[in-house]
Amino acid sequence: MSVILSLDNVGVRFNTAGAAQPAPAVDGVSLQVHRGEIFGIVGESGSGKSTLANAVMDLLPANAAVSGSIRINDREVVGLDDEALRSMRGDEVSMIFQDPTASLDPTWPVGDQIAETIRAHYPVTARQAKARAIALMGEVGIADAAARYGDVPHRFSGGQRQRIVIAAALANNPQLLVADEPTTALDVTIQAQVLQLIDKLRRDHGTTVLLITHDLGVVSMICDRVGVMYGGKLLETATTEALFANPAHPYTRALFAANPAGAPRGARLPVIPAEWSVESLREAELLRAAIGAANG
Amino acid sequence: MSRQLGFILRRLLLTIPMLFVMSVVVFLIIRLVPGDPVRTMLGFRATDANVAELRHRLGLDQSLLDQYLGWAGALLRGDLGKDIVSHAPLAQLLAQRLPVTFELTGLSMLLAVLVGVPLGVRAATGGRWIKRLTEAFVIFGISVPDFWLGIMLVLIFAGTLVILPPSGYVPFATDPVGNLRYMVLPVLTLATGEAAYILRTTRGAVGSVMNRPFITFLRAKGIGTRRIIFGHALRNAGPSIVTVIGIQVGVLLGGAIIIETMFALPGVGRLVVTGINQRNYPTVQVGILAIATIFIVVSLITDLVVAWLDPRVADGGGT
Amino acid sequence: MTATANLPAKSLEVGTPRRSPRHFILLGGLILALLALVAIAAPLIAPHDPESVDVHRVLGAPDLQHPFGSDVLGRDVASRVIYGLRASLLVSVSAVLASLILAVPLGLLAGYFGRWVDSTISRTLDLILVFPAMLLAVTFIAILGPGSVIAALAIAVIYLPILARVMRTSTLIVARNDYVAGSRARGASHLRVLVTHVAPNAFGPAIVQASVLSAFALQLEAGLSFLGLGTQPPTPSLGGMLADGREVLIQAPWVEIFPGLVIVVAVLGFTFLGEGLRRIFDPRGVGE
Repeated sequence: MSVILSLDNVGVRFNTAGAAQPAPAVDGVSLQVHRGEIFGIVGESGSGKSTLANAVMDLLPANAAVSGSIRINDREVVGLDDEALRSMRGDEVSMIFQDPTASLDPTWPVGDQIAETIRAHYPVTARQAKARAIALMGEVGIADAAARYGDVPHRFSGGQRQRIVIAAALANNPQLLVADEPTTALDVTIQAQVLQLIDKLRRDHGTTVLLITHDLGVVSMICDRVGVMYGGKLLETATTEALFANPAHPYTRALFAANPAGAPRGARLPVIPAEWSVESLREAELLRAAIGAANG
Repeated sequence: MSRQLGFILRRLLLTIPMLFVMSVVVFLIIRLVPGDPVRTMLGFRATDANVAELRHRLGLDQSLLDQYLGWAGALLRGDLGKDIVSHAPLAQLLAQRLPVTFELTGLSMLLAVLVGVPLGVRAATGGRWIKRLTEAFVIFGISVPDFWLGIMLVLIFAGTLVILPPSGYVPFATDPVGNLRYMVLPVLTLATGEAAYILRTTRGAVGSVMNRPFITFLRAKGIGTRRIIFGHALRNAGPSIVTVIGIQVGVLLGGAIIIETMFALPGVGRLVVTGINQRNYPTVQVGILAIATIFIVVSLITDLVVAWLDPRVADGGGT
Repeated sequence: MTATANLPAKSLEVGTPRRSPRHFILLGGLILALLALVAIAAPLIAPHDPESVDVHRVLGAPDLQHPFGSDVLGRDVASRVIYGLRASLLVSVSAVLASLILAVPLGLLAGYFGRWVDSTISRTLDLILVFPAMLLAVTFIAILGPGSVIAALAIAVIYLPILARVMRTSTLIVARNDYVAGSRARGASHLRVLVTHVAPNAFGPAIVQASVLSAFALQLEAGLSFLGLGTQPPTPSLGGMLADGREVLIQAPWVEIFPGLVIVVAVLGFTFLGEGLRRIFDPRGVGE
C-alpha cells in the first residue's frame, strides 16, 4: 500500500514572550498514513493531537516552530512557500474542524462558500462552480440543495452545517482529509450520521482521512488504524482491532479503563493529571486504582 | 425576505417619534427664550405695534398646541417661514445653504472612509511599522481639535506655501476648479479626525474577525490572503464600520458648524451661528431642523445598511 | 466569584504585551496635574494682566518679556493662555462632574430596579441622543443665550445619557452578584444595598468614561467659545483666543499656535488618564 502522509520526527514548539524554552507541544512524532485508510489519532485534550493536525496543513499560528519532516505525496510541507501551500490546501489536502458554526463565514451564502473552494483552484466559471456546489450539497445530504444554495449558515442546523463544511472541504476531491474532532460539537445522534457520511465519502472517492479525536467510540466505529498520543508524544500505533484487543502501552490501557465499553459514545474522557509522567504511568495498576477512586 | 421587510418597516416607524421629538424641541426654541423673544429679536427701539405685529406673524399669540400644529403643518407643506432680517423665504435660503453643507460633509466623509478603511485593514493585518504609524495617526486625529488643525493647515498651505486660499467659497456650478480649491482645507480639516475614528474601528473589527475560526477554515480551503481579508474579514467587519460611520456623520455635522464659520463657507451651520448672534430665531430653527433631520435620516440609512450587511440583525439577533 | 477581586488581573491578560496601565495614568495624571496647577495659580504665574491692552505691542512677536508674543490688542498671549486654560478647564470639568452627579443615581436606579424604572429613565435619556452633540449644544445656546455657564450646562446635558448608560450597564453586572441578593435576604433595604454594595462596585466604568468625556468636553467648550457662543470676551478662553487671532493668523501665527497647543496637551492628558483607568477599572469594556 502506498504512503500518502509521512511524518518523521515531527516536533512543534510555541514561542511565547515569557518562557525562554517552552515545552514542546508535539515531540518526535513519526508515522505513516496509507492511501485510502482512515487513520485515527486519539488522546486527551492537551496531548498535542490538534497541534499535529494543524502542523500537517501548516495552519499553526506564526509563533509556532515546526521541526522534522512532514511529507504529503512525497513533497516536503515544512518550509514550503506560501503560494505552494495555498494551492495544496483545499485541493490536494483539506481539513475540517470541531465547530461547524465557527467554521463558516456567517455573512456568506453557504453555497458560495463551497463554490469558492473550487474557484480558488480551478479556472471554472461562476455558473459551473455553482452547479458543482449544488451537486456537492446534495451528495452530503442537504435536501433541496439548489433552493438552499443562497441561505446563510445560521439558517441551518448544527449537523447540516458540518455537512456543508465537509462539502466545502471536499469540493476538489482532495486525496487527504484532516478531520480535527469533526463530531465533538454535535449532538450524539448527529455524530453517528456525520461519521457515516465521512466513511461513505471515503469509500466513494478513495479519500484518505486523518481523524483526530478524544473519543474511543469514534475510533472503534470508523478508523482502520490508530495512534495514541499523550504529552506531545505518539505512544503506540496499531490497527483498531489490535489496539482494542490488546493495548500495548499502559497509558492506552488506562484510556480503556477510563472509557468502559458501556460508556455512551461522545462522553469526554476523564483527564489524566499531566504531572504524572509517562514513566510513572507504567504503574498501570496504580493508575487504574486512581481512576477507579475518582469515578467511584 | 418578509422578515427583512418587517425589520425595515419597524425601523421606518421608529423614525417618526424621533422626528416628532426633534420637531418639538426645535419648535420650543423660540418659546423657551427667557423674557420676551420678540422684543429680544427686534431690539430696544421696537415699538409696541412692531412687537405685536411680529408676534402675530410668528403665531406667538395663540395657544401652544395651536402654535405647534400650525408650525408643523406649514413645515409639511414646505412653508418654512421668512428670515426676520432679510425677509427672504427660508426655504429659498435653505436651498442655497444645504448644497454647501452637503458638499463639505460628503467630501469629508468620502475622504475619511477612503483613508480610514484601507489603513485600518492594513493596521489589522500588516506588520509592526504600519501598526505603529497608524496608531500615531489615530492618537493625533482624535486628540487634535478640528478647528485648531484647520488653523494650522491654513498657516501651512495658505500662509507659508501660498498654494490654497485661506477661506471663502464659489459655487461648483460657477467655477468647479475654484470651488474645489476652496474646499480642500475645510475637507482635510474635517476628514482627519473622522479618518482616525474609522481607522480605529476598522482595525478593531477586522482584527477580531481575523482571529475567528472560519478564517482558519478559509486558509484550509486554499483561499488566498487578499481574498480572505477583503472578501471575508472586511465583509464581516462591515456592520461595525458602517455603524461607526453613521455615528460619525453626527460628529461631522457638528464639526461643520465650526468649520463653515472658520472658512467662511455659506452652509447651514454658519447660518445657525449667525442667526444666534442676530437673535434671528426663525432662521436658527430652520437651520437646526435641517441638520437634525439629516442626522435622523442618516441614522435610518445606517441601520438599514447594517441589516442588509448582517442578515442576522433582521432575523432578530444571533445564531 | 466577585467582580472586584479579579478585575486588575483581567485587564492585563488579553492580547500582546501592552504598556501597563500605570504608565498611562502617570503620564495623563502628570500632564493634568501640571495644567491644573497652572490654572489654579494663574494670578501668581501669569507674567502680565491678561486683559491689559498695549497699543505699542500690537501683534508683537515672542520675546523674553512676552514668551508667546502679544495679540491684536497688544495683550500678552502667555498670560491669556494661562487664564484661558483656567476658564476652559473650569467649564469642561465642572460640566462633566455635574453630568456624573446626575448620571450616577439615574444609572443606578435604572440598572438596579429594571423594568419600568429602567425603561422610563433610558427612553427619556435616549431622546437627548436624537441630536448630534455639537448641534444640541448650539440649540441650548440658541435658547438660553451665549455664555460659559450655559455652555457648561449644555455639555452636562449632552453627556448625561452616555454616563447614565455606562452606570446602568455596570450596575446590571454588579447587581447579578450573589452578595447583593445575600444582603437583601439578610433584610437590608434597597437603599442600603444600593449605597453599600452596588454603587461602590459599579462606579469604576463611569469614572473612566467621565475622564474620556472630559477630553471631548474640553474640545466642545473650545469649539463653542471659538464660535462666540461659550465664554464671552473680554474673559480669555482658549477657543475665544483662536477666534480672535483668525484674521491675523498669517502675520502673527503665535496668537493661534499656543492656545491650540495647550488644548491638544490637555486633551491628551485626559485621553491617557482615561485609557489607563479603563485598563484598571473597566477591563470588560462596559464604557465602550
